[in-house]
Amino acid sequence: APKPLPSSGPKSLREMPHPLATSSSEEMGPALTPSPDLLLPRSVADKDLSLPNGTPVDTSSPASSSSLLNRLQLDDDLDGETRDLFVTVDDPKKHVCTMETYITYRVTTKTTRAEFDLPEYSVRRRYQDFDWLRNKLEESQPTHLIPPLPEKFVVKGVVDRFSEEFVETRRKALDKFLKRITDHPVLSFNEHFNVFLTAKDLNAYKKQGMALLSKMGESVKYVTGGYKLRSRPLEFAAIGEYLDTFSLKLGTIDRIAQRIIKEQLEYLVELREYGPVYSTWGGLEVELSEPLEGVSACIGNCCTALEELSEDMTEDFLPVLREYILYSESMKNVLKKRDQVQAEYEAKLEAVALKKEDRPKVPTDVEKCQDRVECFNADLKADMERWQNNKRQDFRQLLMGMADKNIQYYEKCLTAWESIIPLLQDKPETK
Amino acid sequence: MEDCLAKKMEITVSEAEKRTGRNAMNMQETYTAYLIETRAVESQSEGQCAPVDSLWRRYSEFELLRNYLSVTYPHIVVPPLPEKRADFVWHKLSADNMDPDFVERRRIGLENFLLRVASHPVLCQDKIFYSFLTQEGGWKEMVNETGFQLKADSRLKALNATFRVKNPDKRFTELKHYSDELQSVISHLLRVRARVADRLYGVYKVHGNYGRVFSEWSAIEKEMGDGLQSAGHHMDVYAASIDDILEEEEHYADQLKEYLFYAEALRAVCRKHELMQYDLEMAAQDLTSKKQQCEELATGTVRTFSLKGMTSKLFGQETPEQREAKIKVLEEQIQEGEEQLKSKNLESRDFVKSAWADIERFKEQKNHDLKEALISYAVMQISMCKKGIQVWTNAKECFSKM
Repeated sequence: APKPLPSSGPKSLREMPHPLATSSSEEMGPALTPSPDLLLPRSVADKDLSLPNGTPVDTSSPASSSSLLNRLQLDDDLDGETRDLFVTVDDPKKHVCTMETYITYRVTTKTTRAEFDLPEYSVRRRYQDFDWLRNKLEESQPTHLIPPLPEKFVVKGVVDRFSEEFVETRRKALDKFLKRITDHPVLSFNEHFNVFLTAKDLNAYKKQGMALLSKMGESVKYVTGGYKLRSRPLEFAAIGEYLDTFSLKLGTIDRIAQRIIKEQLEYLVELREYGPVYSTWGGLEVELSEPLEGVSACIGNCCTALEELSEDMTEDFLPVLREYILYSESMKNVLKKRDQVQAEYEAKLEAVALKKEDRPKVPTDVEKCQDRVECFNADLKADMERWQNNKRQDFRQLLMGMADKNIQYYEKCLTAWESIIPLLQDKPETK
Repeated sequence: MEDCLAKKMEITVSEAEKRTGRNAMNMQETYTAYLIETRAVESQSEGQCAPVDSLWRRYSEFELLRNYLSVTYPHIVVPPLPEKRADFVWHKLSADNMDPDFVERRRIGLENFLLRVASHPVLCQDKIFYSFLTQEGGWKEMVNETGFQLKADSRLKALNATFRVKNPDKRFTELKHYSDELQSVISHLLRVRARVADRLYGVYKVHGNYGRVFSEWSAIEKEMGDGLQSAGHHMDVYAASIDDILEEEEHYADQLKEYLFYAEALRAVCRKHELMQYDLEMAAQDLTSKKQQCEELATGTVRTFSLKGMTSKLFGQETPEQREAKIKVLEEQIQEGEEQLKSKNLESRDFVKSAWADIERFKEQKNHDLKEALISYAVMQISMCKKGIQVWTNAKECFSKM
């Protein structure tokens, strides 16, 4: 009977590495030369790169070579020297045509990679193109976590699709999207990504892709359906649970942040009425006229500062939060796909076992399934680690940014109030 | 303020106590009594502390005292009492008179009232005031015996009734207008401030929710957990800080309220002038018409149309004896009237002079007090900003450790 996969079936918790735990590098083989911060799930490092019957793992299939590459890749904290691909999204422009109005963004690429013909590219892309890219990546790299895109549909009338704030928020999200792909050791080498960055006429390429049904055939392989997984392995179950709680908490934080912004705006409304009353009063007085005007102006400055704080929170904080909720959903979908692949393997394995044939060799079909499962698990775990690291950095930056904005708000108000103290204490010359 | 009472005597309203008793209609009621403590200020060289005298008074007695002072010294801008009922409250504050916070603020307000009266050069010398502070029993009877209620001009209560005054002192007219405007602007300010406080409370309190969710989130994280947890704690601190901040601001609101009510007292003085001037003009007018009547009767010419004149033409003239009698009566009245007018004039001029002197004193006091109030408000805002910076800096540090 074939050896059970190291990552499937019931195992005691103590033997299971926590999906979020860092592992020591001593379990690596001599063939790998990891950097000190190399993080690998222990189960992958433990695994021998050969099937139970002695056949070495077929490294020629795209799935396994990509996961091998994954394991050899250095940690994501790359410094500028080792990076060889840089992508930026900027310069939004509005296009008005007879049929429609839309925005394009400039996508600039700088690279030394051999896969690119030129060292620099500059193309214009619209949201549709990004959406196309994402779909293509999901199709062609089903074992990997694809970064999320900002929401496709916006309710017309509620949000102005052409307002500066909306376009800027979207631009930042699209930029983040491409940068995440750029940083991914497997996705960044994807041919669709390459075309997206370089093609003058993307639409022609898109049409070409649609016509080739054979391409569809390949991707169908990974879209297995109809198999029911008996139980998700503990480590993946743990990831699933983590993601569920994580997206719940993010949802709560999103609601709190929205509520705060709402309360701040209501506070602002009252402040805007409050300040001018001091001014009116100042108009009635003689000696108190200047002090009262001073207080009025001061409150006005605080209003401006508060407005800036609310704007910043709306434009910078909320979108990133929402992006991570989408990211969690993507990861959960990848987990489901993985379950499907494993379920298929186990079903086929069972079918073989029931046949009770005297052939000692495991059929190639089942072998391929097993291979697929192993690679999927490896890819997913590696992606999850990468995602966890990025998430930590992103949230550290996001929350520090939020704290910073609040500090700046209070500093502006402090300056305003401190500056009127001398004005208030000033004694009039004539008495 | 050379001889004012405040320099000779320490006055405090040190305690407030809930009491039950029977009211005028023999129904049971609950009220608050306030303890007034007084002590003579000994000179430093003696080094001895005089004993403390104390007595209890309730709000209605303070009201009686103030009414007495207003009537007895109409030319003085009499210090106001703290509000009878809680007004301009923001939602968290209670509008209940029995609420301990309200009682506490009222205690402070009553003490302030007594100190204001005791520092006033004229009012501090009043015997009824002195007895209020020192004589527990029989004070009410003493006040009523002064008969001040009879002196009270009921017309002063009709705030908006207009009296056509031909020659008011322009300064008083302007001042009355100012006091109306001042009342209006301070009321508006207090109303908006209460709403601002309400909203600010909301902003701070919602941040408390971050505390809870960060704590829950930290439970599923490894490296990020500690940073999140401690940042959450700072969010709780932030949310809690608003209670003290707003409590301190109430003191500022109370300072504004005092001047809102002071504006009322100022208006009363202007009103008094208006009424005096009106009475004066009425008296003068009456005198003039009497003189005219007298002249007409004496010369027999009817210069102005009068129904009497018409009827006498229709129904016959009076006899010379009747006319003589009439003239004599009128001449007496005219003489009386002229004396009254003279004294009224004098009264009015004295009033204007002394009222204006007190108004100048009041203006200076007002400018000084309000400036101080604005400074303390700015200081409060500065403190609030500094606290905010501190909390968010702490939170930022926790986030950096994530």
